[in-house]
Amino acid sequence: MPRLDNMKTYAQRHRGSLVIRLLVYLSALLTVFVLISMVGYILIKGVPNLHLSLFQWTYNTENVSMMPAIINTLTITLLSLLVAVPFGVFSAVYLVEYAGKGNKLVKIIRLTTETLSGIPSIVYGLFGFLMFVVALGWSYSILAGTMTLAIMILPLIMRTTEEALKAVPDSFREGSFGLGAGKLRTVFKIVLPSAVPGILAGVILGIGRIVGETAALIYTAGTVTGVATSLFSSGRTLSVHMYALLSEGLYTNQAYATAVVLLIMVIIINALSSLIAKKVSRK
Amino acid sequence: MAINNLKEKGMQLVFLLAACASILAVALICVFMFGNGIPAMREIGVVKFLTGTLWEPFADIYGILPMIIGSIYVTIGAIIIGVPVGILCAAYMAKFCGPREYRILKPSIDLLAGIPSIVYGFFGLVVLVPIVQDIFGTSGKGILTASIMLGIMILPTIITVSESSIRAVPDSYYEGSLALGATHERSVFCTVIPAAKSGITAAVILGVGRAIGETLAVSMIIGNQAIIPDSILSGARTMTTNIVLEMGYATGLHRRALIATAVVLFAFILIINILFTVIKERSEKDA
Repeated sequence: MPRLDNMKTYAQRHRGSLVIRLLVYLSALLTVFVLISMVGYILIKGVPNLHLSLFQWTYNTENVSMMPAIINTLTITLLSLLVAVPFGVFSAVYLVEYAGKGNKLVKIIRLTTETLSGIPSIVYGLFGFLMFVVALGWSYSILAGTMTLAIMILPLIMRTTEEALKAVPDSFREGSFGLGAGKLRTVFKIVLPSAVPGILAGVILGIGRIVGETAALIYTAGTVTGVATSLFSSGRTLSVHMYALLSEGLYTNQAYATAVVLLIMVIIINALSSLIAKKVSRK
Repeated sequence: MAINNLKEKGMQLVFLLAACASILAVALICVFMFGNGIPAMREIGVVKFLTGTLWEPFADIYGILPMIIGSIYVTIGAIIIGVPVGILCAAYMAKFCGPREYRILKPSIDLLAGIPSIVYGFFGLVVLVPIVQDIFGTSGKGILTASIMLGIMILPTIITVSESSIRAVPDSYYEGSLALGATHERSVFCTVIPAAKSGITAAVILGVGRAIGETLAVSMIIGNQAIIPDSILSGARTMTTNIVLEMGYATGLHRRALIATAVVLFAFILIINILFTVIKERSEKDA
């Protein structure tokens, strides 16, 4: 890359290259500009609307508190992870540690996980509605939302775990076998513990998706405003709460405040995941 | 020893069963979606449903051609806006910027990917819609607004996937081109990026999948008229927004027609996925 002092002759000689370079810089600037203007706008408009009353325990039409929604978000996130993580990790263990090369089943599993990760959330929402709400008769409930989201984040957990397992050097496994440990013991005592940071990174990505999800939850977990007290009661998460506020059209200021809280959550989640990614790469 | 063996075999079975969960999930999704959608399509008439230009639930007329066209238009719009910026930005990150800029850019793009779609939609509603309104004197809600929004939303996908495929091109390509006297820019855009072609194509297809499946953000800014749009400023309705707008109160055939809309969307996504898989396999073969 030429330095600035000979940029002038460079520009005269290679006009096309200069144009390309400008376009490249412009695109990068534009991307950052879009992010900054979005985050900045929402923070500037939203922070003044963040009143303490919005964090009261109960929701009513005078005070559209987001506290119940925050609690529901935490519940749904935890429950979805509880379902998706064991399935995701175990299937990744099967794919990496047990399945032989060229296994037909592995091919099918890969195809289905890729299909799952491409399905739009509204289709997940309708599927969850048809299967859990209608066919299984769970009605709009936390449980129906949880199961839908668990299926949605399954491919994500699977893929990240798979990569983490593959990154564990074979010498670890050989050492364990050499000391007389069986396959199962090797997996649980040697391979999985050293893959934990990678798995954790996947889990955090999953949390991010759950927190931001709306379309898959409206028709499964429903939009009831209170705190969900049992698996079979309906409850809205923070994203759904924001959607509901906007579609009611009366609470724009509160929607700004909710957007701020959502943004802060996402920023924390991202910071955590990059922190863990750094730890993984330092190893 | 026997117990140990049993444990080994038992756990292997558990792992295998867990691995089959994704197969089961896809099977269930297909059964429930197609099982509910296809009978509805038959009842309406498959051709009538897919090519009908009228959507009037109260008269039991269900034609989703306007929605299919709406979906295709906004997706094309998103591609036109998002892809050039995305690829150039990926090129910047892989070949132009120093570590200091990268440390700012990378988290920004991760954050852009993490922002919930409802927040995007809100931003579109309170910022983009008024801007378009001012410039063109229309209602501000329409294909153009939705395309800009979606173009931004698919940026992180396109940048991340393109960047890694640009980085996967061996340095010798770039060095060879430099040695022949080409400038840095020429080397990057005439040798490295063409070599990363299939990875970048995969990125674009992934972006198409995201754009066509996006629901709430689009529903807030596209206007939602169930008509075939006649200009990029006119309002339109996509397949996804058709579902989310009416599902709340629909019953009977109307509800099943909405599920059938989702089936058509699902079919689109499956085709896109197959394309993606084929192209990814080819790019892996190239590498």
